[in-house]
Formats: sequence, C-alpha cells, structure tokens
Amino acid sequence: MDGVGKLKAIGRRFIPFASILVFLTVWELFARAGVVIPYLLPALSTVLAHVYADIMGGDLFRQLGLTFYRAMTGFFIGAVIAIPLGIMIGRFRFFRWFFDPVISITNPVPKVAFLPIFMIWFGLGDVSKIASVILLVFYPMVIAAIGGTLSVDKQLIWSARSLGASERDLLRQIILPAALPQIITGMQIAVPLALIVSIVAEFLMGGEGIGGKLLFAQRRINSPGVFASIVEIALAGAILIKSLEYMRRRLLVWHPETKLTTA
Amino acid sequence: MNIGLQRIHTFAVKYFPLVILIAIWELLPALGIVSPDILPSILAIAVALIDLFASGTILEHMRVSLFRAFTGLGLAMVFGITAGVTMAWFMPVRIVLNPLIQMFYPMPKSALIPVVIIWFGIGDASKIVLVFLGCMLPMVVGTFNGARGVDRETIWSARSMGTGDFEMIWRILLPSAMPEILNGARTALALCFALLVSAELLISRHGLGFLIGNYNEIGDNTRMFAVILIFALIGYGADRLYLLLRGRTLAWMG
Repeated sequence: MDGVGKLKAIGRRFIPFASILVFLTVWELFARAGVVIPYLLPALSTVLAHVYADIMGGDLFRQLGLTFYRAMTGFFIGAVIAIPLGIMIGRFRFFRWFFDPVISITNPVPKVAFLPIFMIWFGLGDVSKIASVILLVFYPMVIAAIGGTLSVDKQLIWSARSLGASERDLLRQIILPAALPQIITGMQIAVPLALIVSIVAEFLMGGEGIGGKLLFAQRRINSPGVFASIVEIALAGAILIKSLEYMRRRLLVWHPETKLTTA
Repeated sequence: MNIGLQRIHTFAVKYFPLVILIAIWELLPALGIVSPDILPSILAIAVALIDLFASGTILEHMRVSLFRAFTGLGLAMVFGITAGVTMAWFMPVRIVLNPLIQMFYPMPKSALIPVVIIWFGIGDASKIVLVFLGCMLPMVVGTFNGARGVDRETIWSARSMGTGDFEMIWRILLPSAMPEILNGARTALALCFALLVSAELLISRHGLGFLIGNYNEIGDNTRMFAVILIFALIGYGADRLYLLLRGRTLAWMG
C-alpha cells in the first residue's frame, strides 16, 4: 500500500466519528452561545465535569449497582421461568395448547401500564421493581425459546429417537444446542430491557438507583445533573450491549453464524 | 359436523385456557383467598368500566392519549422512512447520520422523560416529542436495512432505463423495503404505547396513564384496573390492526 492509500485508510477509520464529533461540538457551542438558558441545555463540558465528579465521588457506582442489581435479579428469575417454559411449550402439545393463546394475546399489551398494580401488590421497594422487570423480560425470552425449539430440524429429533435417545438426552444434546442461538437473541433483547424497566420503575416508585438519581436531579432543578445521569445511563447501556455481543460470540463459537461474522 | 360448528369448536378449544385464567381471577377474590382491594373481581371492574364510559371521564383521557401516541408515531414514521431511504441511497447522508444513529440506538429512551419535560413542559408537546424520538430510530433502521437489501440487478436495470433518483426511491427502494419498514413500524407501535404510558404515569395532567396513576394515588383500585384494562386493549387492538394492514400492504408480494 502506498502512502496516499495509507492516509485514505486512516481517514476512513475516523470518518465514523466525524459526525459524532461535530454533534458534540455543536452542542457545546450552542449551549455556550447563550441562545437558550443553561437550565434548558447545559454545556457538554459542564455535563462531563458532572459525570467526572460522580465517578470520582463513588456515588455513581453505588446507584448504578442498585439499578443493575434489580435489573439482573429480575432478568435471571425471568430467564429461569421463561426459557424452560418456552422449551416445554415448543416440545409438548398440552403446554402449547394452554400457553400459546395466553402469550399471543398478552404480548402486544403495553406492560408498563401494569406497574401500578405491582405497586399495590408488592409496595414501592425492590420486590415491586424486580417483579416489574420479570414481567417485561419474560416475553422476549419465552417467545425466543418457543421459536428456537420449534425450529429444530425434525429429522435430527427422529434420528436421535431411533438411536434410542431419551427425552432428556434429546433435550440436552439436540434441542438445547440447536435452539441456543435464538434463545440468546431473546436474552440479548431482554437484558437492555431489564435495565430500562429498572430505571422506569425507579421513576415511578422512587427509591435510590440511577433512575432515582436522575429524577432527584430534575426535582432539584439541577439540569447538569439530569444530563449527566442520562449520559451515564447511555454509557452503561452501551457497555452492557457490547459485552452481550462479545458473550454471544464466545458462547456460540461452534455455531456457523460466528464463523460467518468473523471470517 | 358442519363447518360453522367446527369453527366454533376450534375457537372454543383454542381460547379455553383464557377462560380458565379468567375463572381463576374471578374465584380468587370471591373465595376470599385474596382481598378484593388487591385483586378486584372482573364483575366489579366491568361495572366500573361502564360507569367510566357513561360519565365520559375516560373518553376525554383516551382522546388525549391516542392523539399523543399517534401524532408522535406518525411524525416518527414520516421522518424515519425519509431519513432511512435517503441514507440508503445517498452516501454522504449515510456517512453523517449512521454514526449518530448507532450512538443513540441503544440508549434507553425512557431516560429522556425528565429532559423532554424540562424542554416542553408537562402537556402534549413533551409526550409527542418523546414518542417521536423513541419511534424514529426503529423506523430509520428498518427502512435503511430494507432499502440497502434491494437487488443490485433491479437498480441497474432501472438505471439503464433512465430512472432518476426520486423515481428510484419512490418506485424501487420503498416498495422493496416495505417488509422491513413494516417490521420497524411494529416495534415502533409497541414502543409508542410503552413510552407514552411511562411519561403519563410520571408527570401529566391528562391521558390514560395519568388516570391510572391518579386512581392509584387515591386508592380506587377497581377503577385503576379498569383503565389499565382499556389501555391494554388499545395496545392489543393496535397490534391486530397493524397485522391486518400489513397483510393488505404486502398482498402484492405473494
């Protein structure tokens, strides 16, 4: 590669960041120009200084930790219910008969509207927030598990059967591995959802956590605090999604999809 | 058995599980297993519903909520489809917009509720903007992916016959991208109700979300359940309507 080609290659690497940089610069300049009062739009530098202070103060990690604790507890309980149930619905007629209409009718319902019911049933503490997360993450995971189980090649199941595989062997050696990519896709949808619901639950029910911190800042008319919280939430969410993509590649090393994307 | 009876029979078998669940719901408070304060009986909820409709209370809030949801969604669809298809067809637009979309896509839009309140107050504008922001990204991404997936041969043939940019977008890209645009629209539809109810529950003076929160605060649980049921039915009905329209729109694709 000649010198110009190299330069072009470097340039191409930075192009993706160009418009983000422009966006951030415009934000800073617009806020500093005084077109709107700082309460409406604090300067980027002010917001970043606030984020930095939050990180150094250590409080951020405690608040994020609380939110993640509720999100992850809800996610794991939801997964433990949804994935086995989804596989059973995919495998057994009776389960399919009972749960299929229930799930297909309740799925398109906006489930956030049910959060006030949980507030009556479980109060305003962690139980209520975790229950909200469970309700929301249940659907993408159960639907993915049903779809994954139903899409397993029938010939594979028949062959294994004819070779004398028991229902348990079938589950562990054929169905689970074959349905795994779809199940992981369901989990990839569910994890960010768990974080969002955890934050919305803090908005509605109060209490500490990153959502609570954001709402508290808004009530105190501390708009750099509001924007800083949003930046922190966005960063935490982005890190979460990136690590899920990484975990997917690690878990599915044996699967053709991984070879396709890395080759 | 004649076909009509058979249909009814299939329908009954299919939805019998729902009947079982509703019966359990009805029995729990009736048998005193849970207090009717915590789980009002369906009969009581039905009575509350009739009352809410008869007095007209719910209609006004329903109108407000539907107006906010569909204005936000409609704007998101117009802007999202336009942006997506322009990004797919014009490279400079793609270079500018793509990184920004990648940056904002994973961000939880509900976290923006306090900001849109700061910017636009607690009325209609803040809710419409929130729904618009949330629904626009799935529309852009769906349209972009759909339009990028168009057969090269089709584009080349159209080009060789002298098709201009506008016609190319209108007659080739948009129709071919339709299935993915509609997928994006379904995500956006679900998101629009979720965002709207979160915002209305949090800070609002009108709308079904406000009504739910209000009955929750004054402890009128039967009415709260009734309004939640209506909101759930609206969400469900919108999805059914979507499926119907989707079938019609894509009928030509076979």
